[in-house]
Amino acid sequence: MIQFQNVVKRYPGGQEALSQVSLRMDEGAMAFLTGHSGAGKSTLLKLIALIERPTRGQITVNGQHLNTLPRRKVPYFRRGIGIIFQDHHLLHDRSVFDNVALPLVILGYRRPEIARRVRAALDKVGLLHKEKAQPVTLSSGEQQRVGIARAVVHKPAILLADEPTGNLDPALSREIMELFLQFNQVGVTTLIASHDLELITTLGKPILKLHAGKLVHADPQPEIAP
Amino acid sequence: MSRARGNAPPIHTRFQAWGVNHAQALVFSLGRLYRNPFGAALTLAVIAIALALPSGLWLALKNLQAASGDWDHGAQLSVFVADSVTDPALVQLAGRIQALEAVERAQPLTREDALAEFRALSGFGEALDLLDHNPLPALVLVTPVPAHQGPAEVQALARQLEALEGVTQAQVDMQWVQRLQALLEMTRRGVVLVAILLGLGVLLVVGNTIRLDILNRRREIEVAKLVGATDGFIRRPFLYGGLWLGLFGGLLALFIVGLALVLLNGPVQQLAALYGSDFRLQGPGFSGALGLLGTAVALGLGGSWIAVGRHLREIEPQ
Repeated sequence: MIQFQNVVKRYPGGQEALSQVSLRMDEGAMAFLTGHSGAGKSTLLKLIALIERPTRGQITVNGQHLNTLPRRKVPYFRRGIGIIFQDHHLLHDRSVFDNVALPLVILGYRRPEIARRVRAALDKVGLLHKEKAQPVTLSSGEQQRVGIARAVVHKPAILLADEPTGNLDPALSREIMELFLQFNQVGVTTLIASHDLELITTLGKPILKLHAGKLVHADPQPEIAP
Repeated sequence: MSRARGNAPPIHTRFQAWGVNHAQALVFSLGRLYRNPFGAALTLAVIAIALALPSGLWLALKNLQAASGDWDHGAQLSVFVADSVTDPALVQLAGRIQALEAVERAQPLTREDALAEFRALSGFGEALDLLDHNPLPALVLVTPVPAHQGPAEVQALARQLEALEGVTQAQVDMQWVQRLQALLEMTRRGVVLVAILLGLGVLLVVGNTIRLDILNRRREIEVAKLVGATDGFIRRPFLYGGLWLGLFGGLLALFIVGLALVLLNGPVQQLAALYGSDFRLQGPGFSGALGLLGTAVALGLGGSWIAVGRHLREIEPQ
């Protein structure tokens, strides 16, 4: 589902964020990505979502060779991926419902179908009663869960999360991680960047460790199956 | 990958949704104008003034041309006759001229008639009394038929009349009409130039407004791109925003032009009455109004298209 072959990412200015990273995640697998700040976790996720392009090496995601994917096809590629950020990227000029509905509007669903799916997603994250609320009126845990609902509402094949529990207390963090485990159980390939080792080591999923742009603490070519 | 494609709705639903999405973008961009009335009003006023100015000038020109067209019909030839021609011969000559195809009317004016008219109209009557003989020649006043009112035709007629026996000179009283026409032509060019410059101004104003709008909504664009919005989807509300600016700016410009017409029509009619004319100002008419609106919409769309093409690409999720 996700495959990296000797991937190098160098940002303008010469700093190498990732060097010679190879890994493979099968469809339906789940893994955590850990490492210090600046170890390259975010860069790795951005490469998968085509927010950044690799300097060298091959990346294949969801059956697409990202190196040769033309710009105009990027939106269609991203529709197969759900992305969750630490600061949840919600739009503050519209309601929770409209935030979650955005991917479905873009995909071209009709209003009744959108309402049905948005409510199902909000129900899943336990915020059905907040659909009319404005994001600023929610706690940060709730905002994060709205962000998760938006990432899964269009049933993507891949779920990426960058420090989704960064601002949350341990109990809320565990709740969020349980949610990801549930999504993975229904077959969504899930990759979560987190430095909360204490939490993720208890969840029984493979952990990839990045250090200074290199994959350490894993096989030379880790293969992660469901 | 089957899942990735599996998350899209069926094709007919997507096609319908595409239409719905266009309609939504249209209404949404209108709502944005409504929610920011002060900024929108300022932009619309600038657009409307920039459009109303050349439209008003063009209308003024059109009216001047219509008015001077009336005067064209007054083109007359004064055919001066040699002193040797007697009064009965003059009447005969006038009859011959009257028979010409190009002539509508030929009115003979004997030397005594000419003197009387000069005395009555010039105010130099007493000076004439000092002269011991009548210095004025007899003449025939010739009015060409309407089909022969053009400058070239009238000149040709003058040469034809000069060839007649007893005629010393045929003078065309239309040099001032020609001068006016030349002046109008020059003004027309000027109006076209001003229109082009102000049209360019509208393009830039709309472009800049949409550019600021895009920058203000940067976050929204980033998020939409992250969840798979195509460039077309993101572009749409901005393009429609430009369309609304153009349309409403055009309507406002029409209103300004209309108001100016109403305010000017009274004095213009008074002036026309002083010249013994029932001339009244012409409005832009249906096609003129439609042309103005069409131009305004095209400029609005064009301006937003430039801004969108230039700035949407730069905004990518970080």
